[in-house]
Amino acid sequence: MHITDILVTGEPIIYAAMVSIALVTVAIVFLLTYFKKWGWLWREWLTTVDHKKIGIMYILSALAMLFRGGMDAMMMRVQLAFPNLGFLDSQHYNEIFTTHGTIMIIFMAMPFLIGLMNIIVPLQIGARDFAFPYLNALSFWSFFFGAMLFNISFVIGGSPDAGWTSYTPLSGAAMSPGPGQNFYLMGLQLSGIGTLATGINLMVTILKMRAPGMKLFHMPIFTWSTLVTCFIIVFAFPILTVALALLTIDRIFGSQFFTLTGEGLPMMWANLFWMWGHPEVYIVILPAFGIFSEVIATFAKKRLFGYNAMVWSMIIIALLSFLVWVHHFFTMGAGAFVNSVFSVSTMLIAVPTGVKIFNWLATLYKSKIEFTVPMLWSLSFIPSFILGGVTGVMLGMAAADYQFHNSYFLVAHFHYVLIAGTVFACFAGLVFWYPKMFGHKMNERIGKWAFWLFFAGFHVCFFPQYFLGLDGMPRRLFITNIAEWLPLNIISTVGAFGMGLGFAVFVYNIYYSYRYSERETTGDSWNGNGRTLEWATTTPVPFYNFATVPYVDEIDPYVRMKEEGKTTFDETKLKPIHMPSYTGQPIIMMSFLGLASFGLIFEWIPVAIAGLIGGVVMMIVRSFDYDDGYYVSVEEIKRIERKARGL
Amino acid sequence: MASSKKGIPKNHVIGFILSLVMTVAAAWAAIRSDLPVTWVIIGIMVLALLQAGVQLFMFMHVIEAGSGGGHVPWNMMFHGFALAAILVAGSLFTMSFGFDHGDHGGGSGGGDEQFEEQPEEHAGH
Ligand code: HEM
Ligand SMILES: [Cu+2]
Repeated sequence: MHITDILVTGEPIIYAAMVSIALVTVAIVFLLTYFKKWGWLWREWLTTVDHKKIGIMYILSALAMLFRGGMDAMMMRVQLAFPNLGFLDSQHYNEIFTTHGTIMIIFMAMPFLIGLMNIIVPLQIGARDFAFPYLNALSFWSFFFGAMLFNISFVIGGSPDAGWTSYTPLSGAAMSPGPGQNFYLMGLQLSGIGTLATGINLMVTILKMRAPGMKLFHMPIFTWSTLVTCFIIVFAFPILTVALALLTIDRIFGSQFFTLTGEGLPMMWANLFWMWGHPEVYIVILPAFGIFSEVIATFAKKRLFGYNAMVWSMIIIALLSFLVWVHHFFTMGAGAFVNSVFSVSTMLIAVPTGVKIFNWLATLYKSKIEFTVPMLWSLSFIPSFILGGVTGVMLGMAAADYQFHNSYFLVAHFHYVLIAGTVFACFAGLVFWYPKMFGHKMNERIGKWAFWLFFAGFHVCFFPQYFLGLDGMPRRLFITNIAEWLPLNIISTVGAFGMGLGFAVFVYNIYYSYRYSERETTGDSWNGNGRTLEWATTTPVPFYNFATVPYVDEIDPYVRMKEEGKTTFDETKLKPIHMPSYTGQPIIMMSFLGLASFGLIFEWIPVAIAGLIGGVVMMIVRSFDYDDGYYVSVEEIKRIERKARGL
Repeated sequence: MASSKKGIPKNHVIGFILSLVMTVAAAWAAIRSDLPVTWVIIGIMVLALLQAGVQLFMFMHVIEAGSGGGHVPWNMMFHGFALAAILVAGSLFTMSFGFDHGDHGGGSGGGDEQFEEQPEEHAGH
């Protein structure tokens, strides 16, 4: 086999991408070597099991993926606004919308939220790390290698081109030969392992490691949203795992689960995909709801209105999310009765969602709102998300969906919920908790610029798409030079570039704040408005989080602590702290499984077997690993705490 | 954590090997063996039950007493069964339409009434 057999050749854009990838890699290697940072990188980051560092790596990767997915989006928008330019050909366009959708949902939205959960949940419940820190590192690396595998597809082997839904029979071996679709299957499978493990890990952490006295109904709402999300993950992801495995066996080993021949059932893929897929959209929205609730309560300076109703509505949403999947293929033709059942269950979800909206409004009612950047993201979420939710209910009416389905109306709907919901929440949460992670805030003035650009760009981009949909423009279409559509398409593209600019300003703000922001001196960064335990820790957060774990028996415990002039720290109660040791095993194990996946993608079975053997060997090594961690001595804790608290 | 007891965790090793053997046996029965289809299906089902047993008893603590929040394994198994029920019943409910291959033998499910209104759709099968 020759190297040019697997590299994608003959495309100027791809050559440019290859050159830029090579340049960036060389630059990184050079910088690391020049500043002698290899050892630091390995010791402090690649082998870490600290939930705060793993969270930061998740968020950095997610931002990189947001950039990659955003570039895809820009290219599509250019093509749609200037269809006669011949910027992309149809094959390219198919590959780009496929990677855009997959990357944004699987490798951007979920890792971003999981990153925030990683950092914040243990701090909110008074825990010193995850229940299984080693497993947490494993999860991160499985996501990371899955994402890298998926991303190299466009220079090596060719990208998948059957949509992020990868419907069979199109995505089967007969109609999509070659490695492209395998990249999709193996990338998702590998990172799915990590997601599932994180679901279990966080669930155990929340159920078993809360501060003494903290009942479930004392937990901060973001922690609650994480717990509910974990249940959805644990029950939904196995369905995806099985569906991906069946399609992989179809494609690589010639079975006929989803094929047109041999009594295969192509629509069964759609059925299984959406049994996971609909819960998946709630996996990315519930944590977002949690973040908005925290931000709104903090800057309205009030306890969240209707805490219990908020929790129960999340639980009901989680249950219902498993009962609506057919609304994604009403047009399959299962019949009026089946469609009616799922139409009703779909519209039911709007009820608990509405409850949440009214609770946020009631929290804001008659409060003294402080318009910080996280609060701006959260406030603008409410009206924007309502537009997405209402159009969702319209799509949920089966008869009407025969018109809306797969038109730009649908595209506008899911971008309104995913961007105004999930992406706004990621930005809100990152800015809100930024001082906890890096010891300084993000600049407010630049942050507001980023917000307004992104917010305006978002509406200019996606609002016209509702009307494009009503005018009959189908999704996933590459030739759009139809006179009636052109003006709205151009407006939409202008909005997309506005969002791009907003993102660029956001990233610039990270650099600017690193250089110029004031360093935090207290842990309660937002003018002393913190309500939950994460604000009770010092900044920077010591690696063991809490020197002494406080007793908690109410919602928003830090509010009362501050009134009574107390802290979580009680020097008389110090005991040695048991912490897990760092280890290089997770990254090594997952790179072997990454190699195995790579082998399967190109159907090089010996490579796949070699990778698998490596993975199993690493598992055996782990099974006989008796490293029980180490203890931090009382003297050392005292020294760290006194310095941090200025005692 | 099982930090106090070093040495080989016998139960886990046996369980691991058993589960591998059963997986390979199932794959062999389906791909290589010449058994009649009914027997293959029965065999796989039995293996699946045994497999679940190995997982539950040798790895997943079903025999341990419950802790504070109720008996966790039973709790999760209940949820697991509920999900499996939704998955199987739901798939049958939504996917069994138009499968009577034109000879009007079986075929049940939501779609039937609809298809009777358009008999010409069946003709070609
Ligand atoms: C009030 C709540 C919601 C309702 C009633 C609703 C309803 C629907 C319906 C009926 C469809 C299918 C339309 C079609 O294919 O013709 C759909 C698609 C979609 N929805 Fe929603 N939705 C809601 C909320 C959400 C949320 C919160 C998210 C994610 C954050 C979301 C993400 C999506 C996505 C990604 C798709 C399109 C998937 C695809 O075909 O590629 N939805 N929604
Ligand atoms: Cu859905």
